[in-house]
Amino acid sequence: MDNANLLDFYYQMVLIRRLEERGAELYQAGKIGGFMHLYIGQEAVSTGLIGARQPQDRVITAYRDHGVAINCGIPANEVIAELMGKATGISQGRGGSMHMADRTRNFWGGHAIVGAHLPIAAGLALGDKYAGRDGVTICMFGEGATNIGFFHEAVNLAKVWNLPVLWVCENNRYGMGTTVERASAVSEIQQKAEGYGMVHERVDGMNVLAVYDASKKAIEAVRNGSGPRMLEIMTYRFRGHSMGDPERYRKQAEVKKWEEQDPLGVLHNHLIENQVTSIEVLEEIEERANLAIQKAVEFAEASPEPGLDTLFNNIYAEEV
Amino acid sequence: MSRLTMREAISQAMWEEMEKDPSVFILGEEVGVWGGSYAVTKGFYDHFGGERVRDTPIAETAIIGAAIGSAMTGLRPIAELMTINFAFAAMDQIVNQAAKLHYMFGGQFVLPLVIRAVGGGGRQLGATHSQTPDAVFAHFPGLKVVSPGTPADAKGLLKTAIRSNDPILFIENATMYQVRGEVPDGDYLVPIGISCIQRPGKDVTIVTYSKGLEISLKAAEELAKDGIEAEIVDLRTLRPLDMGPVIESFKKTNRAVIVEEGWKSFGVGAEIASRIYEQAFDYVDAPVVRVAQKEVPLPYNRALEQSALPQPSDVVAAVREVL
Ligand SMILES: Cc1ncc(C[n+]2csc(CCOP(=O)(O)OP(=O)(O)O)c2C)c(N)n1
Repeated sequence: MDNANLLDFYYQMVLIRRLEERGAELYQAGKIGGFMHLYIGQEAVSTGLIGARQPQDRVITAYRDHGVAINCGIPANEVIAELMGKATGISQGRGGSMHMADRTRNFWGGHAIVGAHLPIAAGLALGDKYAGRDGVTICMFGEGATNIGFFHEAVNLAKVWNLPVLWVCENNRYGMGTTVERASAVSEIQQKAEGYGMVHERVDGMNVLAVYDASKKAIEAVRNGSGPRMLEIMTYRFRGHSMGDPERYRKQAEVKKWEEQDPLGVLHNHLIENQVTSIEVLEEIEERANLAIQKAVEFAEASPEPGLDTLFNNIYAEEV
Repeated sequence: MSRLTMREAISQAMWEEMEKDPSVFILGEEVGVWGGSYAVTKGFYDHFGGERVRDTPIAETAIIGAAIGSAMTGLRPIAELMTINFAFAAMDQIVNQAAKLHYMFGGQFVLPLVIRAVGGGGRQLGATHSQTPDAVFAHFPGLKVVSPGTPADAKGLLKTAIRSNDPILFIENATMYQVRGEVPDGDYLVPIGISCIQRPGKDVTIVTYSKGLEISLKAAEELAKDGIEAEIVDLRTLRPLDMGPVIESFKKTNRAVIVEEGWKSFGVGAEIASRIYEQAFDYVDAPVVRVAQKEVPLPYNRALEQSALPQPSDVVAAVREVL
């Protein structure tokens, strides 16, 4: 991976971090409503993963989707506008935090029903395979989602039909307040891939380079027709499950310990220690990200609300 | 009597029944260590322990299935679905199993089972998390569907439900957990399948339940300013449906408005209206009017969402239409 790409990864990760921090403030100020799940701590996962895709590869994920949206190339303007329910939002204010999507960037959505997008991912991959296209569908989900039937039906079908899906489990150890050990028969999620005869790998999700390397390899293997695979990417969310989580289920010391491996810090150190770049350049990148988020908030604040007369738009694709 | 919120009343009902009967237990997502994602089971885990307050994986089918199976052995599970929207992930267990097993095997299996599920819109949660699909569940014989509108009814109906030997879906509304009301202390039971008058009146009958009660009470206050006295009938149970107080009131007022939060088509209002026509046709002075949610998946944007939900002003307008 060349240096320019690495610096771009750094930019994307800082951009997501700033977006999430500003999002939390806007939520507190009552400018964002509903449920909002922050990606802080997990930035390296989608940055490395989506950084390894080709344009024809589809991405689909759960409700923790702001970072994924950014990595897929949606401008921060449209992400924040969606958070604020504005007409200029990527889902025109209909979806909110949990439901961002952008077809044109091959991002097939954030989905709020746990596990429900996994069978859909199999279908996206079926579409590509059927039409003879060489796209891979990258499907992201939490470890908690591997306990619902949807997961098992989807991964089984993908294997039986040899569909080009890369299943990516973001194991952040908690589904809301329930640890992986309390909810899953095996706490090493990759063992579930074993049960479906899939190639799998566990990856350090705090290190964007490790995520990128494993993802690149896996995506290309899937593209070459070797069948669906699974990555279990080990990560941690530094904030609560969603806004307003009392976090009674974990100790702050545990959070502190993981924060020592902050994915932004890990990449920062890598870039400096290997003399890829200078502190000044990284500061300049951080400044650029700050500015982009500031501009995005201004854009969203100035954007119009969707008109009340648009309520019934898009219920069906055809006139009724 | 104590002044309790809806949340406290529901919590108290479960607490009292669990203290009384060791076969009552709770299972669901985040009901234990977290204390319930809507804090309804706060403190239960510490008091009753993990055997009786069981955190489950995210697995709605398994939650309902395990509740059904254990109920068939004589336990009295209270299965909590974090929201009613997730009931769709467990639809087979609810519809093909819970609602059928007693009948289909000639009455051999008994299912003393309560499914608690919270629904409703108005909190900017988007289309999948904001539904009021009560009518869907009320469609199935074999399942009872209860949905209280006051804290006292919440307590009394839930306690009765826990003691009942039939599968009962108990539907709460997330925007009503803070609603306060007088609740009788101790062993207070409200029978399932009995409608009641929540506000007496003579000019028009408003038939409603759950969130619709709150909306209708506000509308009735508005109307009273103009000297219009609305009588409000609270269904409290959708199946089995008690039309008694509805028909009695209608025979007096000859006019009805039905208020529900769910969608209008094929909804509670449709059922009530046709029963009024069937049972009191000779008393009809004006077409029955339904107030319900606009026919659209609920959007995230606050103003858009509110414009799709029934408001007190809609009820006022509907009453003026039938008068
Ligand atoms: C079918 C269903 N059940 C329950 C929920 C409520 N819920 C939302 S997120 C969540 C936890 C998911 O945990 P995990 O899959 O590990 O993802 P993470 O939040 O850690 O990213 C739960 C229980 C839901 N949205 N859908």
